[in-house]
Amino acid sequence: MPAMNMIQALNSAMDVLMERDPAVLVMGEDVGYFGGVFRCTEGLYEKYGAHRALDMPIAEGGIVATAIGMGVNGLRPVVEIQFADYIYPAFDQIVSELARLRHRSGGEYSAPVTIRTPCGGGIRGGQTHSQSPEGVFTHVCGLKTVMPSNPYDAKGLLISAIEDDDPVIFFEPKRIYNGPFDGDHHKAGQPWANYPQGEVPEGYYKVPLGKAAVVRPGSDVTILAYGTMVHVAAAAIETAGIDAELIDLRTLLPLDTETIAESVQKTGRCVVIHEATRTSGFGAELVAEVQESCFWHLKAPIERVTGWDTPYPHAFEWEYFPSQERIIDAIQRTLETD
Amino acid sequence: MTSPTHAGWQSKLYVPVASSRPDQPADFSKLDIPAAGACARPATDAAAEQTRDLAYGLVRVLDDNGQACGDWNPQLSPDQLRQGLKHMLAVRAYDERMFRMQRQGNLSFYMKCTGEEAVAVAQAMALESGDMLFPSYRQQGLLFVRGRPVLDMMCHCLSNSRDNIKGRQLPIMYSWKEGNFFTISGNLGTQISQSVGWAMASAYKGEDHVSAAWVGDGTMAAADVYHALHFASTYRAPALLNVVNNQWAISTPQSFACTGTTFAARAQGFSMPGIRVDGNDFLAVYAVTQWAAERARQGHGPTLIELYTYRVASHSTSDNPDAYRGKDEAAQWPLGDPLERLKAHLIAIGEWDDAQHAAVEAELKAEMTANWKEAIKYGSLEEGPHWPVSAMFEDVFKEMPGHLRKQRQDLGV
Repeated sequence: MPAMNMIQALNSAMDVLMERDPAVLVMGEDVGYFGGVFRCTEGLYEKYGAHRALDMPIAEGGIVATAIGMGVNGLRPVVEIQFADYIYPAFDQIVSELARLRHRSGGEYSAPVTIRTPCGGGIRGGQTHSQSPEGVFTHVCGLKTVMPSNPYDAKGLLISAIEDDDPVIFFEPKRIYNGPFDGDHHKAGQPWANYPQGEVPEGYYKVPLGKAAVVRPGSDVTILAYGTMVHVAAAAIETAGIDAELIDLRTLLPLDTETIAESVQKTGRCVVIHEATRTSGFGAELVAEVQESCFWHLKAPIERVTGWDTPYPHAFEWEYFPSQERIIDAIQRTLETD
Repeated sequence: MTSPTHAGWQSKLYVPVASSRPDQPADFSKLDIPAAGACARPATDAAAEQTRDLAYGLVRVLDDNGQACGDWNPQLSPDQLRQGLKHMLAVRAYDERMFRMQRQGNLSFYMKCTGEEAVAVAQAMALESGDMLFPSYRQQGLLFVRGRPVLDMMCHCLSNSRDNIKGRQLPIMYSWKEGNFFTISGNLGTQISQSVGWAMASAYKGEDHVSAAWVGDGTMAAADVYHALHFASTYRAPALLNVVNNQWAISTPQSFACTGTTFAARAQGFSMPGIRVDGNDFLAVYAVTQWAAERARQGHGPTLIELYTYRVASHSTSDNPDAYRGKDEAAQWPLGDPLERLKAHLIAIGEWDDAQHAAVEAELKAEMTANWKEAIKYGSLEEGPHWPVSAMFEDVFKEMPGHLRKQRQDLGV
């Protein structure tokens, strides 16, 4: 099986579906001739031409609006918003239009649009290239929200997303495009080729939306994470030598509540981790979900480890970024409570 | 007018003024209205810059004597003309009935298109059935031309058990896929850039269908319109971008969006034709639409059409125009009434008379009454019956996910 990094895996997902279905096209800023600023659409222009790897003007609201129109007219557009930080100009089109077309028209109209967008920090990107706005979108009814943590899942989830008849916001944690990141920025990164999740089949396969993965089974505490934080959490668990169960949510909406409840009911403890800011973040939803389904099983308050409620910093990136230390502290607090 | 002084500042800000306010008489004397037949009709493959005069002129066909004049005369048959008049009369009869029903408390909301009937009716007649319509909320005429049963429209407005959109939207936010009529959004302008995407897909698939979208003068200030113009021009989308300049955006005059020029003039900067047309002239509206559709089908890209008209009624049933514009303004509007003008033309060419006209009006009034009586049998917003409450949870997604199933169960439906 070939080794792929996340960029190649995402590229392969689009390639496989463009090969199969002429209704699939990729569109966005710099996605055509240039192959994308992160190279995710590299080669698609050469293989499928300028009409299917469609370069677009810098107008996110216009890009999403035209994708909606195309979706209504039988196409299956895959939009790239160059950075999640730049998705806001398209917000009205996503929230008021894309997400609600099917409902407001009584099921007459819908648009199977997938919006891919690199998110998250750890790349010295400052506040305009580091945000994690997933919680803004999980709050919107009618959208599915996905964030993979490795190349294998990225390809399988993206194929599921593009083939889904509902709109999907597909967040790509750019810090782990080339290899996993355990939160220690002093350490040299390892490429995905050195990890089993970097083995990616060349052809068609799906990872289902709405299904979490138990990355590491354990019995003392449940760790809920997604995206880059899956790797930071895994390293923290190893460093501290804790028998934790680590769950990679993969899809935030619809959320795999069964896997979460089953785990927390077993461990009685839960730590929720995300890079995004804390207040009204997706972690708040997870905490609410866990207390609703597992309250009588809980042995300790649920902990949250998140980014701070500040704009994403440039100089203080590593003070902002949820570190292994902060995660270990949170786990220890839950374990110390009886 | 001298600038006000406030908080010790002598303001240098310019704020546009209205055509009239309640204490002022309407003044349309500065409008430059060319004679019918004065504008030349370019070839449909003309370069955008060759159409420049049309962006500042006003295409008119019907003169004050009911005669059709000039190059833009679409040469419609008497049957087509009568059909157009009947559609416009139907729209007006429908509006009158629905407005009254709202005033009697039977509808939560309504919006009339009085004075603008020619826009939707003539444009829909000039398009093909496979062309996709992305309307705003004042193009109910499109539905009449495309043959949507009035009963179904009323049932939607009543949010009753027969509402095809299951009680999910305000009255008049129609959706009718069978007629290629897109679901209306209450968010202004969003549909115009979507229509360009639809047209791009049509071109991508090698089809000849065009899209047509409508926004009002106020919405011309919205970013979505800029996106629509830009993307349509960039990809030469077969799209008709229509701005219905009815002079008022609720209480805000068109001058707040128009920036001292014409809306059609916007198109020149995008190297697309912009044509200003007398929106109360059925023949001119038909001809310009037909020209733009033909141009789009030939692969020459989009056209921006400014339909110059006047909103005679209130914005909706929720506002009283006497509070923000002169009482006599509608009567002063120099381009007349679209129904009266087409009627006068048909009479002038010997194809219609007052007796026929009165008979059609009476027939339509009775038809609307009969439909209303039938529609109300299927329920109303306040009294029901509606769709089952469980329908609220459907169509959020194609298949209902677990969390929505659970919420539906929590509600006990």
